[in-house]
Order: sequence, then structure tokens, then C-alpha cells
Amino acid sequence: MMEIKILGPGCKKCDQAAARVAAVVSATGTQAQIEKVTDMMEIAGFGVMSTPAVVVDGKVMCVGKIPERDEIAAWLGAGS
Amino acid sequence: MKPIQDIHCGCEARVSSSRLGGLPLWAVIAMAPLALGLWWLVYTHLKPAADFVTYRVLPLNPGSHWGEALAFFLYDTPKVMMLLVLVVFGVGVIRSYFSPERTRSLLAGKSLLAGNVMAALLGVVTPFCSCSAVPLFIGFVTAGVPLGVTFSFLIAAPMVNEIALGLLYGLVGFKVAALYAATGLCIAVAAGWTIGQLKLEGHIEDWVTRMNAVGGEAVAEKMTWKERIHYGWNAVVEIIGRVWKYILIGIALGALIHGFVPEAFMARIMGSGSWWSVPLAVVLGVPMYSNAAGVIPVVEALLGKGAALGSTLAFMMSVIALSLPEMVILRKVLKPRLIAVFIAVVAAGILVVGYLFNAVWA
Repeated sequence: MMEIKILGPGCKKCDQAAARVAAVVSATGTQAQIEKVTDMMEIAGFGVMSTPAVVVDGKVMCVGKIPERDEIAAWLGAGS
Repeated sequence: MKPIQDIHCGCEARVSSSRLGGLPLWAVIAMAPLALGLWWLVYTHLKPAADFVTYRVLPLNPGSHWGEALAFFLYDTPKVMMLLVLVVFGVGVIRSYFSPERTRSLLAGKSLLAGNVMAALLGVVTPFCSCSAVPLFIGFVTAGVPLGVTFSFLIAAPMVNEIALGLLYGLVGFKVAALYAATGLCIAVAAGWTIGQLKLEGHIEDWVTRMNAVGGEAVAEKMTWKERIHYGWNAVVEIIGRVWKYILIGIALGALIHGFVPEAFMARIMGSGSWWSVPLAVVLGVPMYSNAAGVIPVVEALLGKGAALGSTLAFMMSVIALSLPEMVILRKVLKPRLIAVFIAVVAAGILVVGYLFNAVWA
């Protein structure tokens, strides 16, 4: 089971990033748990300085942008 | 604590997945002069077109209130949009070379003053969004960027941005745009330097100071030229998609002022004669949380009606740089006294700029 975290204080960009990750997860049939992290302390704990950021299994995959679908698919493929 | 989503944050984005298709780079480059030429052709014909629609197509008379207002609106709206597209695209491409991580490593351990100047300049070109202000602040401070230097960055980043400069240049002229950029940077440097001198590190919230420095593996992205162009274009789609409504409202307001407020009316209220006009402009600006896009068309109209340049600059800077929501966001990492010092120092800088230009331009 993969653990995916979407870091962001809750602006539109972060919601869109979360929605896109969820879409790719269900499209690829990946077993993954998606969690939105809005707490500043936790976000900063990942060393992330611009949001939205995506963390897969504890590793920061991208910061400051909404990832493209193929990028997300690649992260999901690499983990399983 | 109040969740941030309740606060208006300027980062709602429209996502575009519009890639430049399968076009090879040479085709993209070849299209650039063509696009620029077309842009210029349209841009230089906006004024006659607006006048034609207002006074020929519609039965309005030159010199009438509604005629003046409508001609102003029809001319300024496309002009501002076109300028913004160009400026935002250019800055977007420049920004693709910078990231907060890179800026942080450039600033870490920098001495004061030199660090402040660098931070203010980097604030202009580093991609920044006010809802990431807190993680960015923590990232900077824990990595050893001095507090004052961090503040120089945080003041310059929202204040001197491509939207403000593009709009000022298009609506008010090159001189005022350059003055705004130069004085904005000076305020960022001076305020950051002052905060550094005051040794306020103890007034950062304790949980921040307890945090270990997190390296944050900078996901270094090597971009090709095509990707940079794509990045710039995405910035255009995203920023214009976000600010166009504010620009329309701002220009409409400006158009009404232009058409209906009598000449020299503002000279009495926001003129350079009265000492209280600058502080009043600053105080009025704080609760107004508009971005540059909404405030600058109004500023243009005010200047046209005789408002003094210094008071107007002060108003604009106060609206953009001192906003209540941003204070609420920063309160998570700063203790009240540090916030108070921050507001006081920036407000003082804005006052100096206001008085200076009222005196020089009088």
C-alpha cells in the first residue's frame, strides 16, 4: 500500500493537485492511501517551501506545481 | 488556529495542460517574431478602435461623462491585458531559472546588507505565492538565512512583481513604474536590514526554532528551452486567469473616476499640500486586500485627477505590501511583537517614500 500525501494549506492549486493524484490512482488501480496535509508544521517538516507538494512513501516528489498526469503515473509505477 | 482556506489567498490556479504540442523548437522560435509583430499591430491600433466604437458606433459625444468613461474602459482593458501577457510571459521564462530552494542556498549565511540587497532582488524573480509564505519562512530561517535577509525577501516578493510593474508601465508610464520598483526594493532592503539589526530572532514562534534544519532535497529540474517557454505560457494562462476580473473591476472604477470626477478634485484630498495625506493613504491601504491588478487602474485615474504622486505610491504600496490576511498567515510563525515591528518598519518606509515624492514632484 502506497502512502501519498498532498501538502498544501488548502488553496485551489492544492485541491487540484489532490484531485489529479486521486484520479490517476484510481485510473491505474493502484493501492494507495491519499492524505491531504494542511498543517504548516508538518508541511515545513518535509522541507517543502512551495506548495502544492506531493510526497510518495515519505519522499518529496514535486514542489510548487500541479504535477502532470504522466509524472504521477510514473511515481505510482516506481513504487509498486 | 484559523485554517488558511478561510483566508483569501492569491494562489487559485487554473491548470492548463496545454503543451506546445509536437512542435519542434525552431518552429516555436520562428513563430515568436510573427506573434510579436501581430501583437504590436493590434496594440498600436487600440486607441482609434476604442474611440471609433464609443463616438461613431455608439451615439456618445466626446467630452461627455459616459463617453469619456467608456472610451477609457474600451481602450485600457485590451491594452492592459496585452501588456500583461507580454510581461508575465517574459518574467515566467526568467522565473523558470529560479526556485525557492536555489534562492535559499544563495542566501544562506549571507551577511547583512549584501544579503538584504540580494534577497530583495531575488524576491522579484523567484516564484512565490503568499500561501506558501509560512513554509518558505521556515525553510529559509532553519537553513541559516538571517532573519532580516528573509524579511527583505518576503517584503520584495509580493510588492515588486511583474503584474504591478507591467500594469504601472502600461497605465501610468515608464517613470512611475521604475520609481515604484526602485523604491519598493529600497524599502525591502531597509526594512529587512532594520529587522536584522534589532535582533528579534527570539520572537519567532518556538516550534519553528526547535525545528531541525531540513535540507529538503531540492528537486532540481533541468529544463529545456521548450519547457521554459511552456512554463512562461502556463504563467500567462494562470495569472491572467486569476486576475482578469480584478483588472476589469479596477478599470471600470477607474473609468468612472475618469469620466465623472471633476478635474483637480483629488488634488484637494490626495494633493501634496496636506501633511496628513500620506499617512491617510497608508492607513486606508491596509484593510484593502486587493492585488496590484485591481488597484493600479484606480491609481491611474487618481493621478489623472491631480492626486499627488507620493500619496498615490504610498496608497498602492500599502494595499499590496501590508495586508491583513498576510499578517494572519505570518502570525503562525511570528510572535506579536515581531509582527508589530514588521508592520511598523514597512509602514515607515512607505511613509518616507510618500513624503519624498510629494516633496520632489510638487
